[in-house]
Amino acid sequence: MKNVDAKNHVSGKSIYLDDIPVRQGTLHALLYDAPVAHAIITHIDYSEAEALEGVVRIITHQDIPGENQIGGIFPDEPLLAENDIHFWGMPIALIIAESEYIARQARALVKIEYKELPVITDPREARKQDSLIFPPRTFKIGNPENTWENCEYVFEGEADSNGQEHLYIETQGAYAYPTEHGSIRISSSTQGPTAVQKTAARVLGVDMNRIEVDVTRLGGGFGGKEDQATAWGVLCALAAQILQKPIKYSVHRMDDMRITGKRHPYRSDYKIGLDKNLKIIAYEATFHQNAGAAADLSPAVMERTLFHATNAYFVPNVQVTAYSCKTHLPPNTAFRGFGGPQGMFVIESAIAHAANELGIPARDIQAANLLKDGDEFPYGQIVDYCNAGSTWTDAISTYNIKTIQKEVDNFNINNNHLKKGIAVMPVCFGISFTNTPMNHARALVHVYQDGSVGVSTGGVEMGQGLNTKMVQVAAHIFNIHTNRIKLETTNTTRVANTSPSAASATADLNGKALEIACEKILERLIYVAAKQMNCAEEAISIREEKVCVNGQPTELAWEKLIQTAFLSRVSLSEKGHYATPNIHFDKQKEKGHPFAYHVYGTAITTVTVDCLRGLYEVDSVKLVHDFGKSMNTAIDDGQVEGGLVQGIGWMTMEEIIYNKKGRLLSNALSTYKIPDIYSVPGEITIKPLATEGHPLAIRKSKAVGEPPLMYGIGTYFAIQNAVKAFNPNYILKFDAPFTPEKVLMGLYEGREVLAKVKAEEEKA
Amino acid sequence: MIKFILNNKLISTNESPGMTTLDFIRYNKHLVGTKIGCREGDCGACTVLVGQLRDEKMIYNTMTSCIAPLGNMQGKHIVTIEGLNMEKMTPVQAAMVEESGTQCGFCTPGFVVSLSGFAMSSEEVTFKNAISAIDGNICRCTGYKSIERAAQIIVDQLQAKDLKDPVNWAIENNFIPIYFNTIPERLKEIIPLPAISKNGTSTKVGGGTDLYVQRHDDMHHADIDFLFDKTNLNGIHIKDNEVIIQGGATASDLLYSKELNAHFPNLWQHLKLVSSTPIRNMGTIAGNFVNASPIGDLTAFFIGLNASITLSDGANKRTILLKDFYKGYKILDKKPYEIIESVHFKIPDANTHFNFEKISKRRYLDIATVNSAMSLRLKDDIITEIYISAGGVGPTPLLLENTCNFLQGKILNIQNIQEALDFIQSEISPISDARGTAEYKRLALRQIVFAHFTECFPQTFKIEALI
Repeated sequence: MKNVDAKNHVSGKSIYLDDIPVRQGTLHALLYDAPVAHAIITHIDYSEAEALEGVVRIITHQDIPGENQIGGIFPDEPLLAENDIHFWGMPIALIIAESEYIARQARALVKIEYKELPVITDPREARKQDSLIFPPRTFKIGNPENTWENCEYVFEGEADSNGQEHLYIETQGAYAYPTEHGSIRISSSTQGPTAVQKTAARVLGVDMNRIEVDVTRLGGGFGGKEDQATAWGVLCALAAQILQKPIKYSVHRMDDMRITGKRHPYRSDYKIGLDKNLKIIAYEATFHQNAGAAADLSPAVMERTLFHATNAYFVPNVQVTAYSCKTHLPPNTAFRGFGGPQGMFVIESAIAHAANELGIPARDIQAANLLKDGDEFPYGQIVDYCNAGSTWTDAISTYNIKTIQKEVDNFNINNNHLKKGIAVMPVCFGISFTNTPMNHARALVHVYQDGSVGVSTGGVEMGQGLNTKMVQVAAHIFNIHTNRIKLETTNTTRVANTSPSAASATADLNGKALEIACEKILERLIYVAAKQMNCAEEAISIREEKVCVNGQPTELAWEKLIQTAFLSRVSLSEKGHYATPNIHFDKQKEKGHPFAYHVYGTAITTVTVDCLRGLYEVDSVKLVHDFGKSMNTAIDDGQVEGGLVQGIGWMTMEEIIYNKKGRLLSNALSTYKIPDIYSVPGEITIKPLATEGHPLAIRKSKAVGEPPLMYGIGTYFAIQNAVKAFNPNYILKFDAPFTPEKVLMGLYEGREVLAKVKAEEEKA
Repeated sequence: MIKFILNNKLISTNESPGMTTLDFIRYNKHLVGTKIGCREGDCGACTVLVGQLRDEKMIYNTMTSCIAPLGNMQGKHIVTIEGLNMEKMTPVQAAMVEESGTQCGFCTPGFVVSLSGFAMSSEEVTFKNAISAIDGNICRCTGYKSIERAAQIIVDQLQAKDLKDPVNWAIENNFIPIYFNTIPERLKEIIPLPAISKNGTSTKVGGGTDLYVQRHDDMHHADIDFLFDKTNLNGIHIKDNEVIIQGGATASDLLYSKELNAHFPNLWQHLKLVSSTPIRNMGTIAGNFVNASPIGDLTAFFIGLNASITLSDGANKRTILLKDFYKGYKILDKKPYEIIESVHFKIPDANTHFNFEKISKRRYLDIATVNSAMSLRLKDDIITEIYISAGGVGPTPLLLENTCNFLQGKILNIQNIQEALDFIQSEISPISDARGTAEYKRLALRQIVFAHFTECFPQTFKIEALI
């Protein structure tokens, strides 16, 4: 089934935040944000800005009736700064004007003076200064300290990965207007409607029932609108409450890039120990997460780094520790993979390091250590339904790694200008919110008198195809045509107290809740049908919109059945509630069973590096992915391709640059590059693993949003292998992204050419 | 008063001609299918088709409406996604649905508009050209593979296209609505825009592709002299052994020029490295020069050809070498009321070798980290004339004069070139910024200058010389 929204998308009829028809009298909001990263405000003068014709009001922290606080996990982030500035882009005042244009003119007239303080941008520096968001956490299994001496080989090193800008093509935004009884209705481009509702209530000083949040769809989220969409919704609600006017804020791209947080950069240390059979018998890592100036979702992101520190490998002795380091960057936040990719990059670096020293391909080590059923993860969960080995073996044999390697070797022997490199990347990713209490969802189903069906869930459609899967779920249970089913907007008054659409789990959680709701209605319909057909309920089923008795279709069709049920005063509405069973985690012991299941896969990446210019192309990524039993291959393949390319972007061209003063230099699409159509792999081949799927996945179709992103990590190591093929002097570095600059410098390090250039630069 | 046709409707508006076409479409006319992604022409979510009558036929080009001033739309046909919609999906829309080329959908109208433009263009129908048509559209969801598959379906369906009358073919085959056949007659009734220039102080705007990125708000109410459609500033021709390119010629005009392609066999590869299709359709050569970016691609390209420019203040004209136009960072040898009327250079003869190189973080649709062009005239293995430009390595675009002087009269061999490569370093002064460190820029320039030789003389120059 194709995406239910596709026809509207291709004709420009889908409605995003900025497309909502505005009400008469709508005013426009614009933030004034700090032009320094760490400072105390010494003087404020809004008078000129306020005097500008068309400016309605300048709202500051002093106007907040409730609490000036938007921190989700910890209360450490004010909505509007009071006296202290903690990052470049920190919101200080909200300008309300008759037009966006006037608001921008007014912003230029705001005069604030600051006393600047020292700025930290590096997480290692923050740790040194004991600047942490919260205390470090350690996951441990076995006893690595006592194992090092038994290791045949031990290697230590550092591995860094940079942040990543979400670059949802639709920027952040919200539209709020007052309704009756002191209430506010907020349209928000958010992955977490309840977070917006709850935070708005807190800031406005009202009960949650006074705040209604409605979401139609997002023009991309990728985690960037999980927590960080909240501020915009709350700002609009605050202004709407104060001025009793509709307030709109559609954020300019450069403001969005400057003010919002990104994927967390990490700086890490690793130590890996192998026995003579290449078994990894000990692994230690210390992760320094660059959290930015406030907690945001950093604690949860850091936790997932620890959960995925050993990727798809079984290691009997592990100790991994993570520090969430407080710096003067905008608070970093969720991004597809949620700390998992950062953890995996480190162990893959450690393996590449070991392989290089031992003069063997990294895949020899990878293959020797893959997880299998019965193994224990460092966090105590026992591996079951394991597909690490099966996806690996399938990929290696289907795509014939030996042939690929031989082709690459031959190519490299015969070419100096171009060099090829390959890498294999296995992935194991846990599905569930690692915070167990978040793993529940609800759905509301109305069957209308005419037989049409309206479905509301707590999930937000942001391109991942959630609406389509929900339509499939309802159509499957009722056994009716998909065109009878409509997905409603996500609205806190219909489905309350929801978890954000995140953790790849949205379709599982909301789909299971929807199944429950539909089944309850179906049960009643079967009762009505049995009465009507004068037979036992067990004999009744609905197939292709017809009531069947003992499998034989009758004249009683869906529409008639619904009318009959309605006239019999049977409820045609139902709510379903689902909570993932069997999951738990003890944060004191750091042990438990946090994940409903894991998703596995293996990707083989081939790249070509132009050794004259330091430019490169990804030739192909060939992978075997564990979809479970995919309920929608078109959507799931799209998630794999899109996630993979996003991962490749993170590993190659996407480079976040802050200067030492904490100012973002890569602050626009002209300076921050995401993959365009020419920079994606020449070939992406996806083979679904033949499997029965997992019972806790919706219709046995596994979560697919995040895991494929981590296939992109292979690109880093494939490029590295090509650089090694050209330059025997190259010293392995693990410092993603592998930009063209790092490639060219790597190709020529230790060569006279580069030495000459460096000498010239010093002279200059 | 600006007059144009928006989809199927004649528009006469008194809106400020300095406002962006995007704002007019979305907020004045409430056609919200055209999306705002970046407001700097870098994502293509706001792509529209802009049609012009040329020789009785409509020619449609994509433009990013976020940096296209409304004033440049006078007498044209603007097509948004709404103007393409019919009762049934068009083949372009159907292919995007069929191949799941849309996920969140926000970038999708831009892709559909660009591919529809390809369907009604007279370009050869190849997969490569179809992809080229969407080279300015960024998608963050799909990873593009599904869009490539959709493009292939469209290419298959366009095989029978009549390249001589593509618009009518597109109407007959339901790629675009039937009202398109009324547009030429309706456009003829719109009087061309009279020159707005009131005095010498008005801001001169060509395509607007840089001004509208940097100074979007200032431009809104600015007094603007629109140069884009001035006929005396358009065209490329050859006269007295010289190629003369009028200042208003766009990068696309260069890319598709028969005259230039005849003399530059690698023009496609070279100019494809310059921005993207919609930007090339707007950005003018004179605009690129006066923008004075140290890293302007066309500037480097033409300094490497030792091109001259002719400046005019309306009454008087003068001609200077392009390399001498730059006096310091964003300082030009130009009086405020002068405009670049044309750029001209000697036609490269059979003994002249030319190459253009560019290094950027992303191969396409990116600003260069460094760039360079070289033209080299050879007689019996002796370099008789050589020009090597360099961008991104100083406050202005450069001609590497010392390096060129050194090579002048020398034998073309590996020793001489190696020595010349060392010369480069003393002529440049790169700084570290978001595009790279100074060290990297030094190395990268050295590499691409060497690449000129490996490209022009692959038998003599090989990468092994650098190892």
